[in-house]
Amino acid sequence: MAPILEIQGLYKNYGSTEILKDINVSIDAGDFLVLVGPSGCGKSTLLNCIAGLEPISGGTLSIGGQDMTHVSPKDRDIAMVFQSYALYPTMSVAKNITFGMKVRGVDQQTQDAKLKKVAEQLQIDQLLHRRPGQLSGGQRQRVAMGRALVRDPKLFLFDEPLSNLDAKLRVEMRTEIKALHQNLGATMVYVTHDQIEAMTLATKIVVMKGGVVQQIGTPAEIYNRPANMFVADFMGSPAMNLIPAKAVKNGSGNTIEIEDKTGKPIVLKDTSGRDLPNNVVIGVRPEDISEPGARNGKAQQEADFLVDIVEPAGADTYVVTSLGGRQVTARLHAETTAQPGQHQTLAFDMAKVSYFDPDTGLRLN
Amino acid sequence: MTDAVYSEARSQGQITRLVLRWLLYLLLFVFALFYLAPLFVMVTTSLKSLEEIRTGDLISLPRQVTFDAWRTAWASACTGIQCEGVRPYFWNSVLIAVPAVLISTLLGAINGYVVAQWRFPGANIFFALMLFGCFIPFQVVLLPMARMLGLMGIAGTIPGLIFVHVIYGLGFTTLFFRNYYVTIPAELTKAAKVDGAGFFRIFWSIFLPLSLPIIVVTVIWQFTQIWNDFLFGVSFSQAGTQPITVALNNIVNSTTGVKEYNVDMAAAIIAGLPTLLVYVVAGKYFIRGLTAGSVKG
Ligand SMILES: Nc1ncnc2c1ncn2[C@@H]1O[C@H](COP(=O)(O)OP(=O)(O)O)[C@@H](O)[C@H]1O
Ligand SMILES: [Mg+2]
Repeated sequence: MAPILEIQGLYKNYGSTEILKDINVSIDAGDFLVLVGPSGCGKSTLLNCIAGLEPISGGTLSIGGQDMTHVSPKDRDIAMVFQSYALYPTMSVAKNITFGMKVRGVDQQTQDAKLKKVAEQLQIDQLLHRRPGQLSGGQRQRVAMGRALVRDPKLFLFDEPLSNLDAKLRVEMRTEIKALHQNLGATMVYVTHDQIEAMTLATKIVVMKGGVVQQIGTPAEIYNRPANMFVADFMGSPAMNLIPAKAVKNGSGNTIEIEDKTGKPIVLKDTSGRDLPNNVVIGVRPEDISEPGARNGKAQQEADFLVDIVEPAGADTYVVTSLGGRQVTARLHAETTAQPGQHQTLAFDMAKVSYFDPDTGLRLN
Repeated sequence: MTDAVYSEARSQGQITRLVLRWLLYLLLFVFALFYLAPLFVMVTTSLKSLEEIRTGDLISLPRQVTFDAWRTAWASACTGIQCEGVRPYFWNSVLIAVPAVLISTLLGAINGYVVAQWRFPGANIFFALMLFGCFIPFQVVLLPMARMLGLMGIAGTIPGLIFVHVIYGLGFTTLFFRNYYVTIPAELTKAAKVDGAGFFRIFWSIFLPLSLPIIVVTVIWQFTQIWNDFLFGVSFSQAGTQPITVALNNIVNSTTGVKEYNVDMAAAIIAGLPTLLVYVVAGKYFIRGLTAGSVKG
């Protein structure tokens, strides 16, 4: 089956500024694609290009197998939820939801039936006669979703729909959106700057920076095998530890030496047999540094560390040490006995380690 | 500081504030008197007989109230050779002002909507030129406009005057609406586009219903400008199409013999009433519209 959305070599300029560079993305029916990246990296612009709200400067774009590069938004069979919700202020909730159908000349009976169904689905039946100004943030958000759902489009577009909600509501709505996606089997493109939202919602993530795609993959791929140091640092919280190190060829593997502030380097062994340059940056997720015996796996390697800070976070306790001139965070059990200022033996899971080129930032393994 | 000293200081501060407050009221009262004095003289004079005006005091109340002067001013005062009062000219003014206000407001709304929400290449230059139009002194355009009206075959007609007022009102009406519409988030237009609405649909269904405050401001502004206009009225009209401002001038200037101050005053008040009425009816919205910020929604 043809992909629902296929973007090939897309460029977007505002005047002489290149905002998006050579974007290539394709998604299949039922996919939940999340565009994630720091503010100003061009996520909204890309979404607007997909919607047809911004003309593109180069490349092609097809939706449902049809070329849509120059088709106007109303003929793209899409629905969009905006960051500010963009509800029509003078219309009631019901009118907001049915406006699109009214414009398209859908008969009144169908309108009423669809309105009823969506209102029930989102539990906004009580609000139908109200104006947007009389709704809370969360209710507005629901109405904005309702306006999109009622259209039953080929492709849903969401531009940071949760960013204006408070933290608790945001988590609730996140779950609800995920459930909605599963129940509807709909295809969605979702923009966010929040990497946790991206990880929890996506079936496929596009990480962007400065208008350039950094990596495309499943949440697990992005998390476990980040394509470069930017992705490694951006995805995951606390961020992946990126530690400068020296690699020395040693028989079938490498010896990895990390400077420690005690003066005696920490030595780890890479047994994978890959070739590494002399200078590398190793990337280790906090959960891949643990107390000895807490994890099993044959690639566990232990070393002694001086603990700087201990941060209990309820379920886990974060222990911060310093390695290679960088702060390094380990995620330990809540019951850990680690104390600041004391030495602690920690185990690295060398099977999960990423290696990066310190100059290009690209992944080496 | 002890409590006593503290409360004393506070009560002193209160007294100072009270005195200042009353001084302010006094000042406002004096200004109000100053501004209302001419109106008072106009109204009282228009209600006096000529006899009483000649013998009495300018600021005294009428001894005997008579509406003769009003009747004369409305229906039989002479403007040059005709003696029909201001009535026909009043209706001329209505026929000019009402369509001109409506058309220029509507066009200004559409212009403002385009400039604010449908950024096209050159939109900024277009808007700058429009603004420039607000600052052109009307005297400069009299001759070219006369020539143009002649070419269009509407010189000296009421449609001609409507045309002139619409053209010269557009700069301001566009400015008003543009400034109002730029505060409306662009995402609203985007949402409507995705919903399938086109240019005019978005305007009618979404922007116009939001615009009541700015429509009121624009209507008041335009009505006042057009109703009170004398220069265009005297330049581009002919017998039968003159607005009330021109008629008023003719009544006051063309009387031979005794000057009928009471009739002049009555005619002047009649000429001023409609704008006064518009302010009273819509003034509340005027202030609100001028200070209205972005649309919360
Ligand atoms: N209409 C515009 N004209 C010029 N530059 C723009 C315009 N819209 C967005 N930009 C620029 O494009 C970049 C990407 O913006 P945007 O897509 O909104 O970022 P994001 O949604 O990722 O935060 C920003 O640097 C922004 O300043
Ligand atoms: Mg954005």
